Amino acid sequence: MDQNFRIDKAGYINRNKKISFKFNGKKYFGYEGDTLASALLANGIHLVGRSFKYHRPRGFIGAGVDEPNAQVQLYKGAKTEPNAVATLVELVEGLEATSQNCWPSVSFDFGAINNLLNKFFPAGFYYKTFMWPKNFWYKIYEPIIRRAAGLGVAPLKPDPDRYEHIFEHCDLLVAGSGPSGLASALAAAKNGARVILAEDKSRFGGSLLTDEVTIGNKKGKDWADDTITQLKSMPNVIVKNRSQVFGYYDHNMLVMNERTKDHIKDPHKFTPRQKLWYIRAKEVIISTGSIERPLVFGNNDRPGIMLASAAKEYMKVYGVLVGKKPIIFTNNDSAYDTAIEFKKNGIDPLVIDVRANSESSAIKEAKNLNINIKFSHGVINTKGYLRVSSATIGKLNSNKSSYESLENVSCDCICVSGNWTPTVHLSSQSGNKLKFDEKTDAFIPSQSRQNETTVGSANGIFSLKQSLDEGFNKGYELSNKITGKNSKSTTPTSNEKKYGSHEKFWCMPLPKNKNYKRFVDFQNDVAVSDVELAVREGFRSIEHVKRYTTLGMATDQGKTSNLNGLQLVSNIEDKIVPEVGHTTFRPPYTPVTIGAIVGREVGKYYRPTRKSPMHLWHEKNNAVFVDAGLWLRPRYYKQGKETLFEASKREATNVRNNVGICDVTSLGKIDIKGPDTAEFLNRVYTNAWMKLPVGKARYGVMLREDGIVFDDGTTTRISENHFHMTTTTAQAVNVLAHLEYYLQVVWPELDVNVLSTTEQWAGVALAGPNSRNLLSKLFPEIDVSNESLPFMGYKEGSLFGVPARIFRISFSGELAYEINVESGYGIFMWEKIIELGKEMNLEPYGTEALSTLRIEMGHVAGSEIDGRVISSDLSLEGMLSKKKDFIGKRSLNREAFLNPNREKIVGVVPLDKKTMIPEGSYLVKDSNATLPNPKLGHISASCWSVEYNNPFSLAILKDGKKKIGEKLFALSPLKNKNIEVEIVSSHYVDPKGERVRS
Amino acid sequence: MLEIKCPYCGKRSQNEFSYGGDASLKRPQLEKEISDKDWDDFVYFRSNPRGKHSELWHHVAGCRQWFKVLRNTATHEIFKTAKINEEL
Repeated sequence: MDQNFRIDKAGYINRNKKISFKFNGKKYFGYEGDTLASALLANGIHLVGRSFKYHRPRGFIGAGVDEPNAQVQLYKGAKTEPNAVATLVELVEGLEATSQNCWPSVSFDFGAINNLLNKFFPAGFYYKTFMWPKNFWYKIYEPIIRRAAGLGVAPLKPDPDRYEHIFEHCDLLVAGSGPSGLASALAAAKNGARVILAEDKSRFGGSLLTDEVTIGNKKGKDWADDTITQLKSMPNVIVKNRSQVFGYYDHNMLVMNERTKDHIKDPHKFTPRQKLWYIRAKEVIISTGSIERPLVFGNNDRPGIMLASAAKEYMKVYGVLVGKKPIIFTNNDSAYDTAIEFKKNGIDPLVIDVRANSESSAIKEAKNLNINIKFSHGVINTKGYLRVSSATIGKLNSNKSSYESLENVSCDCICVSGNWTPTVHLSSQSGNKLKFDEKTDAFIPSQSRQNETTVGSANGIFSLKQSLDEGFNKGYELSNKITGKNSKSTTPTSNEKKYGSHEKFWCMPLPKNKNYKRFVDFQNDVAVSDVELAVREGFRSIEHVKRYTTLGMATDQGKTSNLNGLQLVSNIEDKIVPEVGHTTFRPPYTPVTIGAIVGREVGKYYRPTRKSPMHLWHEKNNAVFVDAGLWLRPRYYKQGKETLFEASKREATNVRNNVGICDVTSLGKIDIKGPDTAEFLNRVYTNAWMKLPVGKARYGVMLREDGIVFDDGTTTRISENHFHMTTTTAQAVNVLAHLEYYLQVVWPELDVNVLSTTEQWAGVALAGPNSRNLLSKLFPEIDVSNESLPFMGYKEGSLFGVPARIFRISFSGELAYEINVESGYGIFMWEKIIELGKEMNLEPYGTEALSTLRIEMGHVAGSEIDGRVISSDLSLEGMLSKKKDFIGKRSLNREAFLNPNREKIVGVVPLDKKTMIPEGSYLVKDSNATLPNPKLGHISASCWSVEYNNPFSLAILKDGKKKIGEKLFALSPLKNKNIEVEIVSSHYVDPKGERVRS
Repeated sequence: MLEIKCPYCGKRSQNEFSYGGDASLKRPQLEKEISDKDWDDFVYFRSNPRGKHSELWHHVAGCRQWFKVLRNTATHEIFKTAKINEEL
């Protein structure tokens, strides 16, 4: 039958809108305004999942964020979402949900064998059992355990939804829209403060949705609705429902997750699924309310056993009965409201109260309604496999250690209440030192570290009148502090029931010779016996007990279990709770989907992509690109079915024989101006710079203060006080920050300015024997002869009307030039060169050929300058000036740096002249030595030498210069290679450097 | 995320800045003799105080100025920020 647990008329659901949904493949109906949980309960379904460890059947415990059990998998395919909490999922047409952690079905789960074997799975079981043999863990134990445990299944396809990030500032953020939150927001907003009010549920009002109270002669719910309408009409207020403030970070930044899409039937395709709000608030009011605590008794985890407040919420908000034969089990008065609500709906509840008596107005009302109450009684145990069917109750003796007159009572639900736990998570996250409050038997905020104030039941205040007073006062005070205005609102009158105090008793003792499982943490299957065992085994710190038993470590973060666990430990140890302390509350308060945290930074938006002005030409000419930091650079230009290897060989050969053109725009470029520039360069580079003439370039190496090589590049003197520095592509950003640091912090007396001009210039390299011929065609009015523009020379010219800078510098080791023009003219320059270079067999070359050319020549690059080498390791000691001081020079006197056997750069050729040596291979003397085989060095870069037509590598080798001519082995366990090699000079081609000067 | 007041640009979120270490550190003068110990202290050794710490930050995604920050390392409270040539 359809929804036969739905009560007529009650609730705030829209009965005109029927919604169909599927659960475990079966079709059901609910109403608009239902959650998945309330709709399932309306259909009489309690069994929703299986527990984590023992695979015990589980049902709903709560009605909100505290729910530990009812985690389901939503939808299928790319849209699937694991671990969705059914109490938070709003019902929408076509919703599909399935139970998790069960096979083949939720009512018959094979994994439940773990329950029969539960004696073998105590706390610490995995730690103790799966220790040996050592390598079994990765291959055998872990995969099996992972499959058996675990929650939902992560989607395998990319998330089809989009998520937005929003940055907002406000005077006052109010987290929670219960009575105290509404009061604070209203008072502050009326006093001119910019307010954000956040409510995690779809409905505003918090406890006003379920409590029989009046405020200002209105029903609580109506007052809440009116207040929200009023706040929404104010321009200085942002009101957000479905918005969970889940994290409180430094400097009053809070993060809120707003659910914007899943509850809408036909959302617009551009509607984001969730919005993550980063809110910087001057002041924060935490009005997050409180969560009911369960009572602990034998088999207290059966479907149908839930919090009394949740049962009330299902009746009052959703018009759903969670059962028709309820037992209410409590240690306090608030659960009587649930009993009264059942009675009003024509159901007779049985109240089991552990207290000897209580005389509050709530109890009087229950008695007047002829509700059956058994004082001094407790629930000892329950029966019913897939749904609770009966409870064993008994009369507690005077010291509550045993029972008399046990009896079985049949029931279909048990609504438990162990009093209330203030929700102090945000306050604790903000750095507030919590204190234990004897009155509520829970922790409440005490000393604020940031600008936050907790009000209402989150602050341990359970009277409506007091909460409203506190809310209005704090809202006014804080807004007055910020706005300086004095417009004070008066607190409306209110009416509420009077409640008595609770009994400090949560965990029912076991009858003699019985060892029923009494669960404390439902989601992680932690029972009383596990906590007892942990304490018996010597775990004292609550943080250790938590980790050993996993109490409170599940995705619900122990919202319903932490305090019962603490209470238990303090009882066993005969301590008081404040001595035991509490575990740390960490964000997020509720699970947040990764997509929301990532926001729009996915795919190509993950990070910026830098493209040279010639990028489109490269694309059109079949360039295959490679990431170089953020840059996309052509790796090679593919012709026909060429491989990377074939193409790069062709391109490099053409540079050696004719001329090639390469896009070098990505090189870091820094414009340096000022009268002290030469002096500054003299301090920054290891070689001398004072006498560099105008119109000349020089190669320089920079060190860090610890003597390690930092970067290299050429710097050109454009005019007396104007220099153009180049850096490697990889270090461009760091070099600029380095220069700024020394200019601003260390030597502010130097009159020098630095500015990154990397993106202002488009750069090309022309390399090869025909490059001068080509240059003369590009700049017919300039004398480009070796005499007029020698190696390391610089000229300015006009490239068919475009101002250009011409540097005679070479990375390839060939006769070569680099030309820079303003980036807007980059494509003009490139196409002009391609056009005029045709007759000289000009071909473009990519980074792979560029590498080949520099490796053959023994020029160092990032793979050698790896943050571990000093100048002499790279045979660059000749560039260390003896006449002046420079950054890092003093470190070069360190003992290890003076060791004559240090690593040196060398060349490596395989004996068979065929096998490419994988980069990263180790160089060893004996390839068959027992492990660990002493490592003599490593291969830093490899190429196919186009000059000699055999493989060639660079290596950093211990005592390398003395090993030239020796035979060693290059081992790559990763690629399973063992190659016999000969050590040669790193300058494999043109060792005297004649070509660059030709 | 911290909120840092750049002395040039005003309050900005931490992700615009990069951290630059102890602001009280003085680089030894160039060309001056210095003992191994003093040099090692400069290059490698930093105090790691719990509490007030004067430090350098670089407004990399802003004005690109280095400046000084007086911060509590335990609570992240920022007491004051100042330009390089100003006292904290």
